[in-house]
Amino acid sequence: MKLGTEEIAKYPFLAEAGNYLREKGFTLEQFGNDADLKPIIDLALSRIQTAADGKIFNSDFSIKNLDIEVFSFLVAVILLKQTNMNTLIKRFSLAEARRAEKFLEKDLINSHTNEELAIKIIKDLFSMNVTKSADYFVIPASDYLMHSVHFHEQEWKLVNRLVDDGKVFLSAHETVRLIRKELDNFIAKKIQSANIPSIPESFRKPIETLLILGKKFTVQIVETTERPPCIKHALEVLQKGENLPHSGRFMLATYLLNKGQTIEEIAPLFKNAPDYNEKITLYQLKHLAGNFGSGTKYACPSCEKLKSENLCFATPECANIINPLQFGRKKIPNA
Amino acid sequence: MHDKDVKFLEEAFKKYYFDHFDLIHTPKNPEMREFGYQKFNSGMIRHISLKSDKELHLLLMKNIPADVYCSNARYSFPNLPMAEKDWQNADLIFDIDAKDLHLPCRQNHTIKKCTSCGKIGNSESCPQCNATKFETVSVLCNDCIAGAKKELDKLITILISDLGILRENITVYFSGNEGFHVHVTSVYENLDSKQRAELIDYLTFRGVTPETFGARTNFAKSVFPDLDDKGWLGRVSKAVFGAKSNKAKISKQIISEGYFPFKKKIESLQKELGAQIDPNVTIDVHRIFRLGGTINSKSGLTKMLCTDIAKFNPSSDACFIDESEVSVITDCPVSFRLKNKKFGPYNKEHLSVPKYAAVYMICKGCASIS
Repeated sequence: MKLGTEEIAKYPFLAEAGNYLREKGFTLEQFGNDADLKPIIDLALSRIQTAADGKIFNSDFSIKNLDIEVFSFLVAVILLKQTNMNTLIKRFSLAEARRAEKFLEKDLINSHTNEELAIKIIKDLFSMNVTKSADYFVIPASDYLMHSVHFHEQEWKLVNRLVDDGKVFLSAHETVRLIRKELDNFIAKKIQSANIPSIPESFRKPIETLLILGKKFTVQIVETTERPPCIKHALEVLQKGENLPHSGRFMLATYLLNKGQTIEEIAPLFKNAPDYNEKITLYQLKHLAGNFGSGTKYACPSCEKLKSENLCFATPECANIINPLQFGRKKIPNA
Repeated sequence: MHDKDVKFLEEAFKKYYFDHFDLIHTPKNPEMREFGYQKFNSGMIRHISLKSDKELHLLLMKNIPADVYCSNARYSFPNLPMAEKDWQNADLIFDIDAKDLHLPCRQNHTIKKCTSCGKIGNSESCPQCNATKFETVSVLCNDCIAGAKKELDKLITILISDLGILRENITVYFSGNEGFHVHVTSVYENLDSKQRAELIDYLTFRGVTPETFGARTNFAKSVFPDLDDKGWLGRVSKAVFGAKSNKAKISKQIISEGYFPFKKKIESLQKELGAQIDPNVTIDVHRIFRLGGTINSKSGLTKMLCTDIAKFNPSSDACFIDESEVSVITDCPVSFRLKNKKFGPYNKEHLSVPKYAAVYMICKGCASIS
């Protein structure tokens, strides 16, 4: 499918945008010498600043500005790669993903040609098969599950969707919202893997501006020592000498290991279990701590997984956490 | 377990395996599966690779395992350590266990066994050694099996109608103890553990929001689903309204009660509408799961393929040990039926019983060869 300039401006993260730049005969060096290209650098900087503020960059689709639109994205990628500041890259990729999401949604709804393009982008980049059925966009339930697990809001759970005969029925908005996270990752990866040989002098100043901007977003993390209710519950069960299921033991052990406790400190907690065996307990703890084989250190299961396993005993203090390890953790932004 | 009991069970199991190779097959793509087994009084031996039924039958005869397992996952290198196996995909598996249904009949066929001395009793502490840790042992019960079949029916209906799985790709086995195992081959085989957890929440009807079922911010303007809607919408509607003619009246009542009672009402339907399955089994994509056709050492019964679920009677259809008489000493305070014959209750009695009943009681830990 051949893309027009407007499509490339809407989706500048596609490979077609790089080709377009080359087709137009632009090189990176030109940005250092040609004063006429300075507005592009300025626009790239403003694109990043807008993203850093948590806003979505507003595109100007009047014909003369379409090239600037495309190139400003590519220059922004170069600037961000040079700053190498994760917070800025993350904010930019998310804002750009949300920007593209708006276009994808419009394209899905609007004309037949645009709908085809949007469906193709979703399929090519994110392996999600979308078909249209009456007012709905229909995707296979297996594809839906692969994408929806990135969401923590209840509304994205499969059980809260219309599901029939292996298919999930979504609106255009929901369809594109479903791939936001992956679009975000796709753009972030594009920045991280960008190969930039040398930077023109004219990029130095905007890079410095971005480095100062990025520092604003560093945060301090303060943590309480109180344990989350799921861990408290597991400890209570063990103290009473009752049986804690394997999944509960896994949760407790991985939580405590990730909190920095040693195997020797954790092992005695399991002593009261009806089937306690010191040798097996130590072996399993060492395995979870990554002391064997490939050295994989196991992560503590997410709150979502613990809910599925009947191990979650959430209290209001658990609001906004997605893993027990985050319980009691507060972020304080730098003044 | 005493050596003489182990010897007796191994002989019985060996005979079963020799006589019933026809019931025991490797699943599809055996060369990509991990096999494992456990002998009596011994640990698990796993990371075994087998390429054919013949190799499997040889393993059974050579080792006479108490339990035999096979991965639902397919790997490039099934015999290497877990981190090096190179996971490819995994069949969906489901475990329905009557124990998890907590039916009222349960206490009538469950016994407590002291983990220290093995004494069977019902008091808070062991009358023999005063220990306070017990394991529970339960025997087959028709009500529990009927309950498990009901859950099985709910599960299969949702798998077919909602998830689009073909009935011929769903294989049901009696677990060999007190439940059913369901194996599914489908497009869902690539799902990882987290995605399978989501699927479990769908099947168990967990994590629902009132908004899904028509609740609006202005609750008075809520529009509830119709009885013939697809998926959960239709099932919930049927459960809440019963019949189309009731919808208007009951809707009014729901609106007058408000959002939170409605939320509670929907959540309370979880047990009735959701399939009660063990989430841990489905979520684990590296599990080795009991192999169809092999004996379950918790009972001596076979993990048996069920072609007609309604008619399937585990006490006769999964019991393959022969009827020769065996002398045992048994302390089994609850009764059970096998091959249409009632056994127990027994109170430390020396008696002669058919071998299948002896195997069953020894596997349950409430009898010993005398």
